[in-house]
Amino acid sequence: MLIVTCPWCGQREVTEFGYGGEAHIARPENPEQLSDEEWGDYVFFRKNPRGVHYERWVHTHGCRRWFNAVRHTVTDEFFGSYKPGEAPPTVPVSKG
Amino acid sequence: MYFTIKKECALVPDFPNFNPVKCSPLAGLSAPRGGIALQERPFGGKVNLRGNADDQAFVDAVNGVVNCSPPTVPNTVATSADYTVFWLGPDEWRIHCTEDVRYALITRLQGALAGQHAAVVDVSDYYVVMRLTGDKSVEVLNKGTPLDLHPRAFPVGRCAQTRFGHATVLLRKLEDNVLDLQVRWSFAEYVWLYIVDGTREYGD
Repeated sequence: MLIVTCPWCGQREVTEFGYGGEAHIARPENPEQLSDEEWGDYVFFRKNPRGVHYERWVHTHGCRRWFNAVRHTVTDEFFGSYKPGEAPPTVPVSKG
Repeated sequence: MYFTIKKECALVPDFPNFNPVKCSPLAGLSAPRGGIALQERPFGGKVNLRGNADDQAFVDAVNGVVNCSPPTVPNTVATSADYTVFWLGPDEWRIHCTEDVRYALITRLQGALAGQHAAVVDVSDYYVVMRLTGDKSVEVLNKGTPLDLHPRAFPVGRCAQTRFGHATVLLRKLEDNVLDLQVRWSFAEYVWLYIVDGTREYGD
């Protein structure tokens, strides 16, 4: 059982949640000035790291809020969850 | 194998003499076993409320209508004489009341919140509430939900939205071994039969 921590509801099982991909992707300020390549990068290209990943989750079966979490993509270890707009938690250097 | 008795209340709108009838999705379903009771609660008013709990004007307006402040601690319930207010999210609540004050509640809330950035939505017909009682009720419930129902994690008076099988449910613990499940109308039969199936091992 994989436990995800909702910033509001606390620890819940992963099946209550939906996954939303990489977090902190800012929409370009001036999309009309982007080249096709830059727009393609924004829309399609993601980091897909083997290691620490900052990602979005939604508590679908709970409070239905979106939040961010930091997870290790190999071990599935969570380093913390945080509300939108909050600073991400620090990840131990040894885990990075 | 379960047989669902044909719903007695299947209604066909006979326009223009349309006469809506209250229709339970749980009519005629088989009963749980092993000293566990499952009963649909009487139809009542259910109102979804959204607004900013940090805004004192919003809290005061709600308080003036339902006589309690919308709870700000996640997964808690506030009650007054006529109303129960469930925390659903940081800016979302659900208010339960009896059927007779349903429209009065909506009208009064809309009046009190006029001009504010808030929403009042009548969802009375959208949800069904059923009450589960019995010594094994928590054990049965945990067959479908991953939520920790131990009294330490889910004490009396708390509520929680979670998953039961494939359905989203809103749980409320009223007493030890007395739990209310609020579920979408269309999922009610599924949840009911899931629970009944879960009680089979406890005998007649």
